Amino acid sequence: SNPFEVKVNRQKFDILGRKTKNDVGLPGVSRSKAIKKRNQTLLKEYKEREKTNVFKDKRFGEYNTKITPEEKMIRRFTLERQQNYGKKNIYNLNEDEELTHYGQSLAEIEKLNDIVDSDSDTEERGTLSAELTAAHFGGGGGLLRKKVSSEQQDEEEEKPKSRKELIEEMIAKSKQEKQERQTRRESALELTEKLDKDWKEIQTLIARKTPKSERKDKEVEKPKPDEYDMIVRELGFEMKAKPSERLKTEEELAKEEQARLQKLEADRLRRMRGIDEEANKKRPSHMSADDLADGFILDKDDRRLLSYKDGKINIENEEEGEEEGEEEEEEEGEEEDNENEEEGQEESASEDEEDGAADGHSDLESDLESEGETAENKGEKKHKANENESQNVEKLDPKREAAKSELPYTFAVPESYETFKSLLAGRTIEQQLIILERIQKCNHPSLAVGNKAKLEKLFGFLLEYIGELATMDLPELRTIDKLVLPLYNLCQMFPEAASDSIKFILRDAAHDLEEVIEVKGRATFPGLDTLIYLKIVSLLFPTSDFWHPVVTPAFMYMSQLLTKCRITTLQDVIKGLFICCLFLEYVSLSRRFVPELINFLLGVLHISLPKNQAQGYTVVHPFTPVGKNLELLLVCDKEDLKSWEKQNVPLSMVTRLKEISRTEINHTRLSCLALCFDLIKKCAALYESLPSFHEIMHPVRILLAQHMPVNEYPEKMQEWYHSALKELENKIKHYTPMICEKKKPVPLKQYTPKIVKVLEFGRKQASSKKEQERKQLIQRHKRELKGAIREIRKDNQYLARMQLSEIMERDAARKRKVKELLGSLATQEGEWKAMKRKKWKN
Amino acid sequence: QLPTGLYKKVLVILHDSVLPYMNDPTLMMDFLTVAYGIGGAISLLALNGLFILIHQHNLEYPDFYKKLYSLLDPSIYHVKYRARFFHLTDLFLSSSHLPAYLVAAFIKRLARLALTAPPEALLMIIPFICNLFRRHPACRVLLHRPGGPADMSEDPYIMEEEEPSESRALQSSLWEIQSLQNHYHPDVAKAAAVLNQSLSEMEDDISGLLELSASELFDKEVKKKAVDVPLEFEQVRGLFGKKNDIFAEHFSLD
Repeated sequence: SNPFEVKVNRQKFDILGRKTKNDVGLPGVSRSKAIKKRNQTLLKEYKEREKTNVFKDKRFGEYNTKITPEEKMIRRFTLERQQNYGKKNIYNLNEDEELTHYGQSLAEIEKLNDIVDSDSDTEERGTLSAELTAAHFGGGGGLLRKKVSSEQQDEEEEKPKSRKELIEEMIAKSKQEKQERQTRRESALELTEKLDKDWKEIQTLIARKTPKSERKDKEVEKPKPDEYDMIVRELGFEMKAKPSERLKTEEELAKEEQARLQKLEADRLRRMRGIDEEANKKRPSHMSADDLADGFILDKDDRRLLSYKDGKINIENEEEGEEEGEEEEEEEGEEEDNENEEEGQEESASEDEEDGAADGHSDLESDLESEGETAENKGEKKHKANENESQNVEKLDPKREAAKSELPYTFAVPESYETFKSLLAGRTIEQQLIILERIQKCNHPSLAVGNKAKLEKLFGFLLEYIGELATMDLPELRTIDKLVLPLYNLCQMFPEAASDSIKFILRDAAHDLEEVIEVKGRATFPGLDTLIYLKIVSLLFPTSDFWHPVVTPAFMYMSQLLTKCRITTLQDVIKGLFICCLFLEYVSLSRRFVPELINFLLGVLHISLPKNQAQGYTVVHPFTPVGKNLELLLVCDKEDLKSWEKQNVPLSMVTRLKEISRTEINHTRLSCLALCFDLIKKCAALYESLPSFHEIMHPVRILLAQHMPVNEYPEKMQEWYHSALKELENKIKHYTPMICEKKKPVPLKQYTPKIVKVLEFGRKQASSKKEQERKQLIQRHKRELKGAIREIRKDNQYLARMQLSEIMERDAARKRKVKELLGSLATQEGEWKAMKRKKWKN
Repeated sequence: QLPTGLYKKVLVILHDSVLPYMNDPTLMMDFLTVAYGIGGAISLLALNGLFILIHQHNLEYPDFYKKLYSLLDPSIYHVKYRARFFHLTDLFLSSSHLPAYLVAAFIKRLARLALTAPPEALLMIIPFICNLFRRHPACRVLLHRPGGPADMSEDPYIMEEEEPSESRALQSSLWEIQSLQNHYHPDVAKAAAVLNQSLSEMEDDISGLLELSASELFDKEVKKKAVDVPLEFEQVRGLFGKKNDIFAEHFSLD
């Protein structure tokens, strides 16, 4: 370009290897460019600063330079035609002139000429009746005949009349035909429906496992071409159905499940050791895999688990219930999608009706409707294989259907415990489960805002209900057994609320205990409900954690029970042993040491001995070496000893014992003793690894080996006894002297300077990549800021320049106008003066 | 000879409502000595008055420590006067002039008895033992014996021995505390784990721990706020539906 326009940035020193970007500049060019740009943007804006309306050029292709003018015109024309098409102007008479022939629109005849009516394909083809030809091509014939008739003069004046008759006849005929066709179609429809039903039945049997070819054969056997057609189409539909996600095979599912469990187990172990709590805290994103913060994931999880079970084992009743619930939820989802507000009415609606309703929305033709329905079902079924199966099972099970129809589908979460209780009152266990399931599904936290709090309350109600069931005279433990499932599910959804409510119950129980101790000086074992709660804790929470917000208080409470409560009756012994079992279960994985457990078992053994035998061991509180409650478990009756058989101790015995005969009491005593032996055996296995195992078990061993009247016991009991003693005695004694862990030596403070390696002079030394990036970003930001400020300054300068030029222009114009006016006035004045002078002269 | 109830009542108030107002407290000497010899809770209570006599009135009590040693039995962790007893024991054992074998015997016996103790007592006794170690560094062989025999088939300590000097406590190690590191209560386990490392110089203050009760412990645990609550991942099948459920073997739901 022009060398005078180039500005060279001269460099003072040439440095080898350095690339310079800005050694030459074109100031003039860049300035003009900037001004041009401002002219296009800033100036425009400035000029339109007080205008609100905009002019828009909507002409087609006005600014498109690629299109030639001719093409543009053509396009515009077509556009105009398209816009006008379909718009019928009633005042425009020219627009819709329709050519008719015998009162029929010619255009329509033309259209219909080639297309055979779908209804008429059953008619015999090729044999065109005279009437038909007359109707279709009748004009010609009629005209011809007319000509003939006109030639034959007025002889046949009635010709037009006869023609009229002919037409009427024809119309009647066609009507009749139409009716026939209709009846035929209806019968066909009926048949297809029937077939459809048959097909559905078959479908449940083959459950989509038979290969397609086989099924096709089956269908082909059906004689009617109509149905065959239908099946073919159906199969076509099926083929076209979108490929859903591949169902995972059993092994894959098993593998996944295994991986999941492994991960959870590793997590549990980490918590059990309680070492890296802090490390865990640092990473809040890493939550325990159990922790399912939102219920949505949980749902998914459930489903997978179920499908896995589906494949492997037969569906159990409860699971079926669950699946049902899921299905219902989906149905509800559908309803919501369709914005049907008929939830209330839905209660009595059967499945098929619902299907029908769903199909009512589809715009399929009537004879395709049934096919469409099945096809749609297919699609659905492909996606939800497990639900489908359960559906089938369900259909085969009329009883369940009936039971289901009794219960409403939607439930509001009860607001108080009373309403909750009345909801469940008088229902069977299964129904109660279904009700709970539905409450849970209908009020899923993802559906509405307040549902979370409501369901959290539900957990409390359920706990209370269980407690009530357990405190009844005849505790309904079977019901509780089933109710644990929804409890578990709720707990998985809301861990915090669940832990809070259980903690609340535990705290109440502990405070009661404390009060009783303060008032009476001694405590009694709590009721069965508390025991059940403690058991539930072990079901809901991992008991192996080093510290757990619920489990640790439960531990404390149980410890208090075992050390503070007096043993006065057989029930107390049973309760105490129950708690011992709980302790054992709690620590079964973590193998933690529970002194109270050993003490209690020792005490129980002690009270099974005849009096005055305590030598070589000491029992501790609540048992006493002497006192009135000794020999509580002693059985002297020989016959009872003989007739005893090991039985599971029924838990209901805790609440009622009076109506039991003496023999039974004796038998229960022996069962307790056997239980005690077994627990000792389990303890021995559990604590084997403790360094002072022998010291811990010493009293128990002495009591067992030296004081037990073994020979009096029945054989079974002797077995229990010997297995326990063997477990205790065949442990090797092994002691290694303790050695402290070596302390890490603390390094001395040193004063040598810190030496940092300098790799490159002149460059900034960045410590890490992150730091470097940060610096870079800061620099870039600075540069951008500077640039923006400069731009704004230039904008302002430009604007000021424009304003100034505007003002100057305005001033110049004014000056010019003033000058003009003055000029004209001057000439006027001159003329006037000249005239005056003339007059004067004259 | 007084009935037991009255004995206890007298002894409970003796040290602060009777002895300070007597002109000659040594008159109580015989009464207290007899009470100390009775054993059980009465001995524990007599200890307090006896201590005042020994401490302020120059009472010479032969075999005092032997007697104290024999007072230690499993019930001391469960009785009502636990706090008072351990307060006094702490005083008696605070002298740095006690022979190492005696302190070691006490430590070993207390630790052995701790195997049957409830958590609130354990939380007290473990710092107590730590303090004894700090006062008597010679006893640290119980915790740290680098050149000892690698394998022993018996604990050298003899529990049944009445005489502390014969109990061979110094040849033993404190395996009991090692066992307690597996205690179910997290605080106990932590406290016991302290003995794994070499001890710090400062003594722990156990005066606050002496009166610890189970319900206080419970309340403390309940009030702790949890950040998140880990959950059981094993699917529930029923009340007794766990794998290898102990309950299913022994209890029925009827």
